[in-house]
Amino acid sequence: MASLARLRLPHARLPLGVRAIQTTADTTQLHTPPSDHSQPFTVKLHEDSFRSHQCEKPELEVEVSKDQLLTMYRQMQTMRRMEMAADSLYKAKMIRGFCHLAIGQEAVSVGLEHGIERNDRVITAYRCHPFAVMRGGTIPGVLGELLGRQNGMSKGKGGSMHIFTPTFFGGNGIVGAQVPLGAGIAFAQKYSGEKSATFALYGDGASNQGQVFEAFNMAKLWDLPCVFICENNKYGMGTSAERSSSNTEYFTRGDKIPGIQVNGMDIIAVLQSVRYARKWAVEDQKGPLIMEFVTYRYGGHSMSDPGTTYRTREEVQRMRSTQDPIRGLQRYIEDWGLATEQELKQHDKEAKAEVDAAVEEAKASPFPTDEHLWTNIYQKGTEPPFMRGREREELHYY
Amino acid sequence: MYTTHLGHSCRFLRASCLNPISRRSATSAAEAPPAGGHLPSVATSNLLQVMRDAALRTPGITWADEDPSSPARNIVGGRETRKMNTYQAVRDAMSIALLKDDNAVVFGEDVAFGGVFRCTMGLAEEFGKERVFNTPLTEQGIVGFGIGMAMLGHTAIAEIQFADYIFPAFDQIVNEAAKIRYRSGGQYNVGGLTIRTPTMSVGHGGLYHSQSPEAFFMGASGLKIVIPRSPLQAKGLLLASIRDPNPVIFMEPKILYRSAVEQVPIDDFELPLGKAQVLQSGSDLTVLTWGTPVYHSESAIHMLSSPPPGLEQHIPNSLRGAKIELIDLRSILPWDVETVTESVNRTGRLVIVHEAGMTAGAGAEIAAEVQRRCFLKLNAPVKRVTAWDIPAALHYEKFLVPDSIRVVDAMIETLSY
Ligand SMILES: Cc1ncc(C[n+]2csc(CCOP(=O)(O)OP(=O)(O)O)c2C)c(N)n1
Ligand SMILES: [Mg+2]
Repeated sequence: MASLARLRLPHARLPLGVRAIQTTADTTQLHTPPSDHSQPFTVKLHEDSFRSHQCEKPELEVEVSKDQLLTMYRQMQTMRRMEMAADSLYKAKMIRGFCHLAIGQEAVSVGLEHGIERNDRVITAYRCHPFAVMRGGTIPGVLGELLGRQNGMSKGKGGSMHIFTPTFFGGNGIVGAQVPLGAGIAFAQKYSGEKSATFALYGDGASNQGQVFEAFNMAKLWDLPCVFICENNKYGMGTSAERSSSNTEYFTRGDKIPGIQVNGMDIIAVLQSVRYARKWAVEDQKGPLIMEFVTYRYGGHSMSDPGTTYRTREEVQRMRSTQDPIRGLQRYIEDWGLATEQELKQHDKEAKAEVDAAVEEAKASPFPTDEHLWTNIYQKGTEPPFMRGREREELHYY
Repeated sequence: MYTTHLGHSCRFLRASCLNPISRRSATSAAEAPPAGGHLPSVATSNLLQVMRDAALRTPGITWADEDPSSPARNIVGGRETRKMNTYQAVRDAMSIALLKDDNAVVFGEDVAFGGVFRCTMGLAEEFGKERVFNTPLTEQGIVGFGIGMAMLGHTAIAEIQFADYIFPAFDQIVNEAAKIRYRSGGQYNVGGLTIRTPTMSVGHGGLYHSQSPEAFFMGASGLKIVIPRSPLQAKGLLLASIRDPNPVIFMEPKILYRSAVEQVPIDDFELPLGKAQVLQSGSDLTVLTWGTPVYHSESAIHMLSSPPPGLEQHIPNSLRGAKIELIDLRSILPWDVETVTESVNRTGRLVIVHEAGMTAGAGAEIAAEVQRRCFLKLNAPVKRVTAWDIPAALHYEKFLVPDSIRVVDAMIETLSY
């Protein structure tokens, strides 16, 4: 894998002298090889892994452990498999509706989870499947939801964009709408004196919605423990960041809120930056922070978009072959002597088997019954006496 | 088969659910459904103009190159039509608007690439990127921006990618666009603003891709709301909307973008806003609808007179000869009270069909007005066939929106009241 090219993405309108963020997935260096694999050890990130705005950059020295790296590898691989399974189920017309996959962006969802604590809260847009699993959901639960089955995490009532866990607030289909919710969740955390933060994710396209700026202002005004994360995958549907945003330095768009930009393809950089952000918001109580993960989606925006009309096949191919987050981590693990290629292949097999089993489990789950139509509209016991049905005098009485 | 998991709950169809009649064959009683899928009732509809001559003689049509004050001519020689589906007809209308009006621009999310439904395909190449451009993802911004342009007398043709995403722009539409003429004492208006947006269900759109929000805007006097049923109607009504001196929300039923195909005149023409169209006349019952359910209603009328084998037992012989009047409302605001009440005063019975939920749907307003104006002529209560009052959840969509069976059921109930 030594052929992984060091490729820098062309960054539009970067002022002279400013260095671009690295998006290579495999430039982190190991100084002293660990003698004991059960002990944490230190690696050094590429110096262009971060840029910052009105704050210090995170340290480049990162403490990691063999266990953690292998777990992250396994999780990223499993998430990609799950998304690929969703892709096939969609193409087989078993999943209907709108479905957005996060293939290529795995370092964000998995890296985020490794840098935060269980009682932190996460909220994102519709590209949500991996987050739902990382935040305590299950793969059969996600696939079941996509298939609209009873075992789905929202009982099959929502579909792809509508998946929740006790610490994950969805899955939100209206672009930008989740961001002020994140500020509100963070307020409630602060109000109740919880030592935790909210991580509110949105896309480069979403960053132009007015309510995103409204949320920034409230968060700074009230110093909320809210970390706003822009997942900059360079496109909002077919519109490139440069065409949608007057300022594509998303980490600088918070006015008085400091920000850091992060190589979102190197999971170790993601991990380090999330630890930094959590310390900022929770331990140091410095209020909100903006993070920008520079990443890339390999597939189309949603299942109906081939993803090649507004960007070249070469661009996608280049990202896949040179900056893939999973191959990057694989290279670290092999180069640092933490596991062999064969051992990792075994992980891949197990990931595939796990997803295959989840597909079968989800497919075997029944569709919701018509009784489910009338539930979860109002709180049980507080409904109107009846709701209208679809046929002659068909009324549902509660 | 889409009755598999909920089919047993359809009481009216219970018997037929048990025997092998399929819902699909029931919705296109006349012929076998097309292999390609889509909406079977559209593919076999008689409401779509397949002949050039009939298309050119569409009722209410006005040609841009004819003086409207001169007596109506009945000569259509020299004019051409072309087969178009709805997205092509919408594109054709915008292309004419851009060609004839230098101050017209088209903008919205991804429109420079043709848009999600291809309605703006090639317009950026044809008219330049200054006139057909992508906006950032900012619905409130898009509409506000369009209002500003229109206040300077420009023609702003804005697209909101799905009607479900119009809500972030609700304030701009209701408080700014609709009220600016009034609150400036007539000094300003935004007549040049037209907001196009795809609406209604597609069968599997789920919570945020299948809503029909037209009624939310009905109380916003100052606005117009238009929903076309076909390619020809879309072209004529869109051109009229763009040129109407009031802001117009133009909602395009998304399932009809590809499935409805018609001969559409290639010239510049308009169809009137605020006017319903009687598609089939009758004397026993009026069915009033708009958009996609026009076709379900057409199938339902056919089913009533010649029920397919599986339905025969449910359709009383005495009702099969009933003469049904079918009206396409086309303009939701202002709606054509005259045509509707004239019809109901003749038939004495009204069934309203729409895809939005029943509570405070457009049918509520219409029913209230009809009972006031036609009270003594009504032989049955006004019946509404609508979606249920629940969110448009993924797997329930086919059961949520009205189909031909529900319409025929409502007609039977109303006729035998
Ligand atoms: C209010 C609203 N407007 C439009 C859409 C349609 N839409 C869905 S995703 C999307 C692009 C968003 O891009 P970005 O924020 O960059 O996120 P990404 O898809 O790249 O993850 C658009 C326009 C929507 N869902 N909601
Ligand atoms: Mg994006």
